[in-house]
Amino acid sequence: MNITLNNNPETFEMEKLTVSSLLQVKNFTFKMLIIKVNGVLVSKDAYETAWVNDGDDVTVLHLISGG
Amino acid sequence: MKFDEIKTILGKKTVGIAGAGGLGSNCAVALARVGTGTIVVADFDVVSESNLNRQYYFHDQIGMPKTVALSENIRRINPRVNVISHNVHLTADNIPAIFSQCDVIVEAFDSAEQKEILIGTVLKDFPEKPLVIGLGMAGWGKNDLIHCRRVDNMFICGDEVSEIGPELPPIAPRVGMVANMQANVVLELLLPQSLQ
Repeated sequence: MNITLNNNPETFEMEKLTVSSLLQVKNFTFKMLIIKVNGVLVSKDAYETAWVNDGDDVTVLHLISGG
Repeated sequence: MKFDEIKTILGKKTVGIAGAGGLGSNCAVALARVGTGTIVVADFDVVSESNLNRQYYFHDQIGMPKTVALSENIRRINPRVNVISHNVHLTADNIPAIFSQCDVIVEAFDSAEQKEILIGTVLKDFPEKPLVIGLGMAGWGKNDLIHCRRVDNMFICGDEVSEIGPELPPIAPRVGMVANMQANVVLELLLPQSLQ
């Protein structure tokens, strides 16, 4: 599957991935995240069940402390 | 566009600021100076001496609730600004009511957990409202890393990498840069582009 992740084109072997699998494959280990797929927020409790498909536009925002 | 015209436009606008710490207090002051009509600010914290290395408070305000101290500072700078302050801990339950009337919301929290709650709630309940986020401003130098990036209705200001820590404290110059960058983004959102 080909997707856009944080504005960069990325290719994965699998046809589709759950959000949590995507995080694992990409080694995104930050705990505080904001994830949007095609402009829609995916809440934390939906990471295991929300799918990312070919052509999707995904944003993974890592939140860090400070402010 | 003359400043009088800018003041007239901003005087009709309402900006919400979640957090009155390093980012929030400095951003609020910048927006007050240019004549923002109403500023809604929420924070539960109290001014402490360690805040003074970056937050827009004064030594004689130590011990005061930040919302009270900030309201007073804004009043002294520009008494025309209507400050609506909430001395509360923000949660997913009270965020909608507090910020529902705002044209723009500024995310100015310190902890990543609080940022997640605020951003998640705004994206869920007000996805159409512009949200100006502060992310990564610890330390000093590295001016060129500080940027503003747009993702849908989120505007992310900071370097997105410098997390605060014991060896990398947040201090006035860099925090002030990001806070003022957030205020500058608010102006871009509220002022008509064609008239610039």
